Amino acid sequence: MHAVYPLCLGALLFSIGLYGVLARRNAITILMAIELLLNAVTINLITFGSLLRDQYHIGQAFTLFVITIAAAETGLGLAIVLLLYRGRGSAAVDEQRALGEPRDPQPARSPAPAAQATEFSA
Amino acid sequence: MSAHSYLSPTGVEIAFVLVGLIVLGSAVLVVTVQNLVHAALWLVVSLGAIGAEYLLLGAELVAWVQILIYLGAVVVLLMFGLMLTKAPIGPTTELDVKHRLPAVLVGCAAAGVLVTVVCDAYRTVWFDPRAAVAQDSASAGGNARAVGSALFRYWVLPFETLSVLLLAALVGAIVLSRRNPDAGPDAESAESAAAAAEPGPAVPAPSNPQSPSSSPAPSPTGVNA
Repeated sequence: MHAVYPLCLGALLFSIGLYGVLARRNAITILMAIELLLNAVTINLITFGSLLRDQYHIGQAFTLFVITIAAAETGLGLAIVLLLYRGRGSAAVDEQRALGEPRDPQPARSPAPAAQATEFSA
Repeated sequence: MSAHSYLSPTGVEIAFVLVGLIVLGSAVLVVTVQNLVHAALWLVVSLGAIGAEYLLLGAELVAWVQILIYLGAVVVLLMFGLMLTKAPIGPTTELDVKHRLPAVLVGCAAAGVLVTVVCDAYRTVWFDPRAAVAQDSASAGGNARAVGSALFRYWVLPFETLSVLLLAALVGAIVLSRRNPDAGPDAESAESAAAAAEPGPAVPAPSNPQSPSSSPAPSPTGVNA
């Protein structure tokens, strides 16, 4: 197999993931784009492992490591997104302008708690 | 192996390019489609096709691990994230940033530079991904035996470190997603009761939903009573 095919696939997939990270504003879609980036890296790892044929199998072993780290990263990232959504009412990254936690968490994008509060007051 | 040419591609190359087109097309749909659930489902297609590419590259164990971990765990995790953040299920226009031109420019520039460099560097390199699998199954190739023996013979220290990392990620995810890490429900209700006792919240009820999403906010009732 010509070495250009898998390497170009990795490069193009990386570019698509880069576009996704920059162009999306929902945090979960950014996590999906990060998965694409990691998969581009693992395609390159597999290709070079098969191309260089080293005796330690570093390409495939490190691909397994990267997949494991990607799973851990997705779990932690989703926990962080969940915390962000709970505290600020939105998972859109361009609405998060303040570094600290808001003293008055105002759910901007979820009308449910406000409706609940008015229900209780009525 | 001397008669390599662009003009006479082998069957593996044709299959690789076709599956690669599926990968790239569904990846473009993941980052452009205006429906969050559809984006997650196109991610399934893309990651599964990448698993097929691993098979074509001779990495069998990695292909099945990809199917198992990515399609079985990561995508389900993302779906749970969509569900728990009350993400818009239908088609919506609020998934993308307003000005996408810089992102398009950065993506195209990265694609151009990387593809140019790769094509220039590896123009004359051919390899046979399946040969190592076929000839010597014990010491080479991508089958489970070879990769497993390499993993536990040469890479056992990173492997064990990775288990510690997974444990830390597990603990971290649990700590982060607990509802109130510091204050219990009593402290929270006391806090909102204190907020209700202040003279400030005499404003109408819809303007002070300052309690987090779950607690049914005793402060408005306190104000009205």
